[in-house]
Amino acid sequence: MNVTRGFTGRRRVSRPGLPPGQYDAGDDWPVLSAEVTPDLAPADWSFRVDGLVERPHTWSWDEAHALPGSAYEGDIHCVTGWSKFGVRFGGVSLDAFLSVVGPHVSATHVLARSHTGYTANLPLADLTGGRAWIAWSYDGGPLAQEHGGPARLIVPHLYFWKSVKWVAGLTLLDHDEPGFWEGNGYHERGNPWQEQRYRGD
Amino acid sequence: MPGRIAVSEQVAATWQTATLTEVRRETPYASTFRLAVPRWAGHLPGQHLMLRLTAEDGYVAQRHYSIASAPDDSGHIELTLDRVPDGEVSGWFHTVARPGDTIDVRGPLSGFFAWPGDRPALLLGAGSGIVPLMSMVRHHRARGLSVPLRMLVSARSPEELIYSGELGAETTAVFTRSAPAGVPVGRMSATHVAPLLAERPPGGWEAYVCGSNGFAEHASRLLVAAGQPVDRIRIERFG
Ligand SMILES: Cc1cc2nc3c(=O)[nH]c(=O)nc-3n(C[C@H](O)[C@H](O)[C@H](O)COP(=O)(O)OP(=O)(O)OC[C@H]3O[C@@H](n4cnc5c(N)ncnc54)[C@H](O)[C@@H]3O)c2cc1C
Repeated sequence: MNVTRGFTGRRRVSRPGLPPGQYDAGDDWPVLSAEVTPDLAPADWSFRVDGLVERPHTWSWDEAHALPGSAYEGDIHCVTGWSKFGVRFGGVSLDAFLSVVGPHVSATHVLARSHTGYTANLPLADLTGGRAWIAWSYDGGPLAQEHGGPARLIVPHLYFWKSVKWVAGLTLLDHDEPGFWEGNGYHERGNPWQEQRYRGD
Repeated sequence: MPGRIAVSEQVAATWQTATLTEVRRETPYASTFRLAVPRWAGHLPGQHLMLRLTAEDGYVAQRHYSIASAPDDSGHIELTLDRVPDGEVSGWFHTVARPGDTIDVRGPLSGFFAWPGDRPALLLGAGSGIVPLMSMVRHHRARGLSVPLRMLVSARSPEELIYSGELGAETTAVFTRSAPAGVPVGRMSATHVAPLLAERPPGGWEAYVCGSNGFAEHASRLLVAAGQPVDRIRIERFG
């Protein structure tokens, strides 16, 4: 590591809960997606879980909302360097969806996909045990389109590119298969605490 | 979502030392920083890198920057940084950096917003969003490519248009605050985009949009409204 001449840095208090290499975005919520923001109405949104499951199932907006509600309150971390503290997402825990479909014992990984064709891969274990949500509200209001509304996946303990916007479904697999950014050189798992940004980290 | 371009396997997992060799003023608010990176693996126009500054007490700041220069074998790359008011990293570059300074970089990153020069390209940028697009324009020129390339850029004023002296017939500039005599002032609009889409080359355009999120939303909607297929629009948002 090179010390940069004359660089002192501005944010001197490193906040507890800030993973290495991240900065606190404060009130900002930058938008980083490589696609055109889709005009997706709640009535046109659906969520399907299939692949290595007993009973593949598709939920409409109303059916998904009929599941028991659950919220995430905490921090999120984007691979581009910002973190956002104390965010509040409302929706349904992914466990509720998975208990309906019944994952096979052979299922180890998941490919999540969006209504726009974006994909991200995740170990199944990162989506269970109350650690992942399908979220449609942010801070008490509807989730904005540019942030993935009407509904997105939330996996807050991994870098946020895994939290697929405009989420359309999950396919359970018995192997890992790179998604969109993983195929573009990003890390397979993306744990912010281990700075798993790019392939090989 | 458009298909991806394969990234080289020697992805930038490792940090390397870059030495600043030259600083060039582009506008009152933007400068170009030329870096010697002897082990640079090469890049495709449109790719970016991650840059890291380290303070004496170990405090680290890292940011992403697009690569402005065309791929060449000089062992140098160029970045163009906007001076963000109160910016931690851009502030250091604009007020402290001088030739001989060393910084850490890793890259190139992401094969998605990259243009190898294979398909007709329609480039829309605003402010420092012109940086990765200029790498494409420079590549097109350096290689003497004949594949169609058109660029539409937005700047506040002619003085703030980055690379203004280097832009040619492929570029149309739109000014939002003040413009040369006879040129209307205003936002990029359907009237700017429609003629470019009407020029539709065989196979159609691959569109590249780069800038702030607000600009990216606006420009990508203009493209869609003018008939550009959604799955042939690639967007790089600076945040
Ligand atoms: C893929 C990618 C490529 C990029 N390429 C370029 C490039 O070629 N040239 C270039 O100049 N910049 C580029 N950027 C932006 C760059 O990464 C930095 O965000 C920018 O230089 C500001 O950093 P800073 O440390 O100077 O400011 P900071 O210290 O991070 O912030 C300065 C002020 O702005 C606020 N702020 C922080 N981040 C942002 C933001 N993203 N937007 C608005 N306000 C913010 C802060 O709260 C603060 O008040 C790129 C970003 C991405 C993601």
